[in-house]
Amino acid sequence: MSEEQIKNLETQFEARIARDEKIEPKDWMPEKYRKTHIRQMSQHAHSEIVGMLPEGNWITRAPSLRRKVALLAKVQDEAGHGLYLYSACETLGVSREELYEQLHSGKAKYSSIFNYPTVTWADMGAVGWLVDGAAIINQVPLCNTSYGPYARAMVRVCKEESFHQRQGYEIMIKLANGTPEQKELAQDALNRWWWPSLMMLGPTDAESIHTEQSMKWKLKRKSNDDLRQQFIDQTVPQAELIGLTIPDPDLKWNEEKGMYDFGEINWDEFWQVVKGHGPMNKERMKARVGAWEEGEWVRDAAMAYADKKRGQKQKQAI
Amino acid sequence: MKNENLYKYILGIADNSLILGQRLGELTGHGPSLETDIACTNISLDLFGQVRSYYQYAAKIAGDNRTEDDIAMLRKEREYVNVLLVEQPNTDFAYTMARQFLFDVYHFLFLTELQKSKDLTLSAIANKSIKEVSYHLRFSTDWIKRLGDGTEVSHQKMQEAIDGLWTYTDELFHQTEADIAMVSDGIGVDVTKLKEAYYNKVNAVLEESTLQIPESKWFQKGGKKGIHTEHLGYLLSDLQYMQRAYPNMEW
Repeated sequence: MSEEQIKNLETQFEARIARDEKIEPKDWMPEKYRKTHIRQMSQHAHSEIVGMLPEGNWITRAPSLRRKVALLAKVQDEAGHGLYLYSACETLGVSREELYEQLHSGKAKYSSIFNYPTVTWADMGAVGWLVDGAAIINQVPLCNTSYGPYARAMVRVCKEESFHQRQGYEIMIKLANGTPEQKELAQDALNRWWWPSLMMLGPTDAESIHTEQSMKWKLKRKSNDDLRQQFIDQTVPQAELIGLTIPDPDLKWNEEKGMYDFGEINWDEFWQVVKGHGPMNKERMKARVGAWEEGEWVRDAAMAYADKKRGQKQKQAI
Repeated sequence: MKNENLYKYILGIADNSLILGQRLGELTGHGPSLETDIACTNISLDLFGQVRSYYQYAAKIAGDNRTEDDIAMLRKEREYVNVLLVEQPNTDFAYTMARQFLFDVYHFLFLTELQKSKDLTLSAIANKSIKEVSYHLRFSTDWIKRLGDGTEVSHQKMQEAIDGLWTYTDELFHQTEADIAMVSDGIGVDVTKLKEAYYNKVNAVLEESTLQIPESKWFQKGGKKGIHTEHLGYLLSDLQYMQRAYPNMEW
């Protein structure tokens, strides 16, 4: 294809996106579009399956049968999200095995928030309320993103995430209205998860390298700082409602701007965790790699068995 | 308690689902593939759903203020009456599937009969649960075949798992005094009558999977009387942790 032809295709492609048309797997797309989507969707998929670990950590110790069932269902939903998102990546010609390889080798990233430990039951509340709350803010705009399979996956993901967020908040309500010991658990969890949740919405706009191109492709509709502000403005009243205190002495309503001012985020901590020095990075990877390696003989057996059965059927057909 | 035999009978059924559900819950996030992870979590969810129905009914029969959670999480180790099979650890995926299969075959036969119980609550729970359990059975049967007749490695691991767990199968057909009383009232299932169908089904699947049917005639028992393997205590420390560390609170 000549350079001119490619240029022409690119112009048509950008025009389709500008008209809010969906791009489908078999449509022509610029290589950079394909790569960017694989990167973002696989990062999202990895975050779902690594995210199963901190919450899976409390399944066996959930305080009641009702909570146990809800937690199991939630973690199962996350596995389901991982599955859709890996499948969406496959439509762009990359296999799940390749993507796992990238995760296990450290080449691909996942949401850094999952590198913090879930140390008490209240963390199940805080993670649902704050982490899923921040995730929704990030993800709702993606229901209208330009790549069809991603946009459709996100519609379902967002519905389930919003349920998880309410479930997490409900755990917090119960704790905050419980005994002094329970209230202390809730406040402690909020103290530990607040700042990492703010960091979860990504580096400040000045440092975000992918924003401009992603905005054009509707992979992003608002900047990280705008999303963060939205999260804070929405979450602070929820904390007040149940009598918990946001651990930020600089947090203050700004009448003029109609939004909250907040304290400085410790970006050194953020980058340290991204680089692999968070409290649980090593354990999370060990668990993922371990499950994959220990499962190899199982997957091999399933393939061998399927081949045998196929062979038998073919023989019968002859 | 007025209906003590019925109460004990319900716990005898429900404890199996509780302990097996708890074991499967340990695996969430660590399965050999996303699909098996989702399936095992789903089976665990089904089992806990059944447990809640049984314990809520048991709590009603007890007639004091006890709740489903008191029954699930505040008994002492000698008061759990699940069979030894379901408390065995997740040694590897072959053990997990073999344990599931050896229980599912029994569970399906048991619920088929429990649907005919004179006790309408129990028959309703059985009716709802059997739909779930028929799926569990299909899933575990498929894995026995895949691993038994897959690769040399998987065959060996599955054979080891079947050999290791076989000793816990006979206990499924033992009866407690409460069981006998409930059978004679037309409420309970006579498990001794399920034994032949159980081994016929199990043996047929093992043969199809190219696995040897273990010849051992020596079987372990005790779970139904509350005498467990050493594994159960650790499982209970997880299960009971929150209720013990933070007593008398609502969650």
